[in-house]
Amino acid sequence: MNFPIDRIDLRELKKGIDFAFRDFSRTYGDAIEAFFDPLMYFMVWLEQLMINAPWQVMVFIFAFLAWLGSRSVLLVLGTVCSFALIYYLRMWEDTMATVAIISVATLTCIGIGIPLGVLMARSNRVQAIVTPILDVMQTIPSFVYLIPVVMLLGIGKVPGLLAVCIYAMPPIVRLTNLGIRLVDKEVLEAAESFGASYRQKLFDVQIPLALPNIFAGVNQTIMMALAMVVIASMIGVKSLGVPVLRAISNQYLALGLMNGLAIVVLAIIFDRVSQKYGQRLQKHRQGGHDV
Amino acid sequence: MMSDIKVKIKHLYKIFGSNPTAMVNHVKNGISKQELLSQYRHVLGLKDVNINVPARGVQVIMGLSGSGKSTLIRHINRLIEPTDGEIIVDGKNVLKMNINELRDFRRHTLSMVFQKFALLPHYTVMDNVAYGLKVQNIPIEKARQRSQKWIDRVGLSGFEYNYPAQLSGGMQQRVGLARALATDAEILLMDEAFSALDPLIRTDMQDILLDLQEELHKTIIFITHDLDEALRIGDNIAILRDGEVVQQGTPQEIVLHPADDYVNDFIKDINRARVLEVSSVMDDKLIDHGPDIDINMVIEEALPRLSAMTAPKGVVTQDGKAVGSVCLDRMVAAIARPKSTSNSKTIYS
Repeated sequence: MNFPIDRIDLRELKKGIDFAFRDFSRTYGDAIEAFFDPLMYFMVWLEQLMINAPWQVMVFIFAFLAWLGSRSVLLVLGTVCSFALIYYLRMWEDTMATVAIISVATLTCIGIGIPLGVLMARSNRVQAIVTPILDVMQTIPSFVYLIPVVMLLGIGKVPGLLAVCIYAMPPIVRLTNLGIRLVDKEVLEAAESFGASYRQKLFDVQIPLALPNIFAGVNQTIMMALAMVVIASMIGVKSLGVPVLRAISNQYLALGLMNGLAIVVLAIIFDRVSQKYGQRLQKHRQGGHDV
Repeated sequence: MMSDIKVKIKHLYKIFGSNPTAMVNHVKNGISKQELLSQYRHVLGLKDVNINVPARGVQVIMGLSGSGKSTLIRHINRLIEPTDGEIIVDGKNVLKMNINELRDFRRHTLSMVFQKFALLPHYTVMDNVAYGLKVQNIPIEKARQRSQKWIDRVGLSGFEYNYPAQLSGGMQQRVGLARALATDAEILLMDEAFSALDPLIRTDMQDILLDLQEELHKTIIFITHDLDEALRIGDNIAILRDGEVVQQGTPQEIVLHPADDYVNDFIKDINRARVLEVSSVMDDKLIDHGPDIDINMVIEEALPRLSAMTAPKGVVTQDGKAVGSVCLDRMVAAIARPKSTSNSKTIYS
């Protein structure tokens, strides 16, 4: 077969890209790493805090947070039992490390994703630019972007966080954008007719009315971050993914199953609590009429 | 009468499409709506609309759906930008305002009531009514205090802490009305405000509005497709068809002298007795005895007066003085449905 580009040119092209990126990461890698240092120290500090605190205290905190979010006795009981079981099965440290990185990742995704979603909703041009980027972030095999991330930042928590965020951020951006665009045009028009400024419209009308969708986005982001934990552990993130990886390479069935189930339990707790919280924010929708 | 003009709409054009400004001249040169659409792919929304809205009166703008009435009312607070023309409110050109002036104008000078209520579903009744004040950055406690008066006024006391979804349609529109009144704006824009309500509730709301108007004397611009409603509450009526004003006048003038078949079709089914005043059927022959009937009384009220006394004629009075007479036959003749002026069935698009 005849290809327009021959084998040697193609190899040169690939080499060119590789060397260019290698030079780039050699020149700027340290500076970029230094830039992320505070983030890394914070993550280490949070993880150590959660691991070193007495486990009863941590279980109490989780139970309290579950109560705050869901107001459901059943969920609180489930949370307490699950974490106690995790402790007795000696998965506590990895679980705490997992919760720590998920929390930081989720907060990062919310902090960047919601404003980005708001911008997208405001301008069709931003939407046209961001949407394909989100598509790439969601579909590209995660191993592919692990390569440049590791080249640039080495292995450790920060590149792990980056990998998790790349994978987990798209849903919150998309659903914030969608939620705001779906806000009833008449209500928005009413706000405008009373002389609301852009800020007033955003914070009094658009975001509150988009909350069900934004919350669905937060929920999805948490779930996807948890799913990414195993892959992040390949680049040195301490989490439940590490024993899972060891189980894969050594064919330890029980080890893999137990740690895998611990991830499932975490996922269920996060999911139910955040969904219940999202529902409670929608109290005003109760009643006989649709608005 | 009310001579000062509050809102002046001058030569207003609105064309929808990719290059509306280029189309204005075509329209001014008399191209039709259909031609504009087929030749240039632009939609004519409003064409040379001129309306003077007197202060402290109710100006009704009516037309069928698609006639441009909702588009027109949104020009007054510039929710829609016109293609050409002027809108003068209190001597100021609304279209020349910059974004800050426009915001202040919307906050203080006019407020709007919407067909589908457009309440904030996540706010209580109280906070919905206070919304206009909140937008003005009035502290929420003070805003709520001022809102309470209007909640009581529209008859929603006791529902302050309900959410809109928990109220019926009629109650929701009371919230909408209270919200518009709470800012003390002098101009009230009502976009088919009562059209989504069932007939009994609609009459109820009209009563509330007329009641309030007697006390507040706002300048109200009221959009409707219902002529009975227009005749009931309007001091002046402008009838819109395909974006053009086809007739303007008092309810009397429109019922007595419809400008064309379109208007005629509109008025043929209305209760004429409720609109026509004695002045339109009287003559100035003075008679000696008969029941007193005021010159501005509508025929609906005058008829039972005559029939109760089995008198064939009544004495028409103005400010207590006799100015003429009116006979039963002419009143009955006046309220009979007029014959259609054309036999062809007209279809309005």
